[in-house]
Amino acid sequence: MGLSEELVLPISRPSKGASGRTGVWRVFKPVIDLQKCVKCWQCWLLCPEETILADDVPKVDYDYCKGCGVCAKVCPTKAITMVEERE
Amino acid sequence: MPLTVKDLMKMEGAYLPGSAACPGCGLSLSFRIASRVLGKNTVYVVPACCFSVVQSPMPLTSIKAPLLNIAFAAAAAAASGIKRAYETLNKDINVVVWAGDGGTADIGLQALSGAAERNENIIYVCYDNEAYMNTGIQRSGATPRGAWTRTTLKGKEEPKKNVPMIVAAHKAPYVATASVGYPFDLIRKFEKALSIKGFRYIHLLSPCPPGWGIDSSTTVEIAKLATDTYFFPLYEVENGKLRITVKPPKRRPLKDYLSVQGRFRHLSDEEIERMEKEAINWWNHLLEMEKMESIL
Repeated sequence: MGLSEELVLPISRPSKGASGRTGVWRVFKPVIDLQKCVKCWQCWLLCPEETILADDVPKVDYDYCKGCGVCAKVCPTKAITMVEERE
Repeated sequence: MPLTVKDLMKMEGAYLPGSAACPGCGLSLSFRIASRVLGKNTVYVVPACCFSVVQSPMPLTSIKAPLLNIAFAAAAAAASGIKRAYETLNKDINVVVWAGDGGTADIGLQALSGAAERNENIIYVCYDNEAYMNTGIQRSGATPRGAWTRTTLKGKEEPKKNVPMIVAAHKAPYVATASVGYPFDLIRKFEKALSIKGFRYIHLLSPCPPGWGIDSSTTVEIAKLATDTYFFPLYEVENGKLRITVKPPKRRPLKDYLSVQGRFRHLSDEEIERMEKEAINWWNHLLEMEKMESIL
C-alpha cells in the first residue's frame, strides 16, 4: 500500500444528517394546523434547524426536526402545537 | 429595500439539517440566517468552540461552505492570511470568522485585536453564549455578572467583558451587536457589514438552552427579552458614530429576563437590583454616546 492510500485528509464533506437522523431526539413534535396558518413564515425564519420546508405551505421535515418548539412559540396565530411523541 | 422573509427563502444558506447542535440552539439559528445574507462567495474560519462540534463528526459536515477549523487563539490571524491570499490572487471572497465568546473574549483576543488594529478586510462574528458551553459550561470573560456556571457556582462576581467596545476602540470601520430576538436587525447588520471594507465586527447574543437553563422553545423570546430589558442593547458603531438600532418603547424589568433562566435562579432581589442599575447605566451611557459626532 502506497503512502497516498494510507493518508487520510482531515476534510469533511457536506451532507444532510451529518449527525444522524436527529428526528429521533424529539420528545414533542410540532404539528401545523394549516387552517390557522397565515403563511407569515416566522416558523421558517426562526427554526434553528432548517427543518421547516418552504413549500406552498410550511411543512416540517420530521427526519431531522429536533422538536425544540421555537416554531410553536413564535407562531403569531398559534397554528403550531407541540404533540408528545408516542411509539 | 430591506430583505424580507420571502427574499431570504430564495437565498441559499450554508446550514444543513441534522447537525450536532442542541435543540433550540441560538448559534445554528443565527448562522442559518446570516449565511444566507453572506452568500455563496464566503469562506468561514472557526476556532475551537461549539460551532466546531455543531459541524458534526468527520467525514461529514453540516456546513455547506468552505470552512477552516483552527486552533483557539488563531481565528482572526488565519482569516487575515486567507483574505490576503485571495486579494493577491485578485479574488473577491468574503472571509468570515465565526467564533464563540471564549475564542473571542479570552483566548482569541490578541489575534482579534491584531487583526482589528491592522484593519484586515474580514468580518469577525462572535456568537456569544456567555460561557464555554460545549466543554460543560465554564465561565468565560463574556459571562455576565451573577450567572451560574460550573466554575462560578455562586454566580460570577465580575462583570461581563465588553468586547464590542474593545473592538470599537481599535477604530474598526464597523462594529455592531445583534441577536436572534430581532432577526431583521441582525440581517440588516450583516448586509451593512458586507457593504463596508476593512475590519467588521458583529457580536451576536446566542441563547444556549442547556447552558442557560432555559426551555429550548424560548431561544428567540429570551434573546428579545435581553434587549427589551436593556441587558443586551443592540447598537452599531460606524466609523466612530454610534447608533442604537433597537429602542424598546418601554423597558421591561430585568427580573423578567433573569427569572426565566436557571443560571440566574439563585440571585437575591438586591443582586437583581444591582444588575438592573448596571444595565440602565450602560443604556444611558449609550444614549449619551449616540448624541456624539464620534465616540472615539
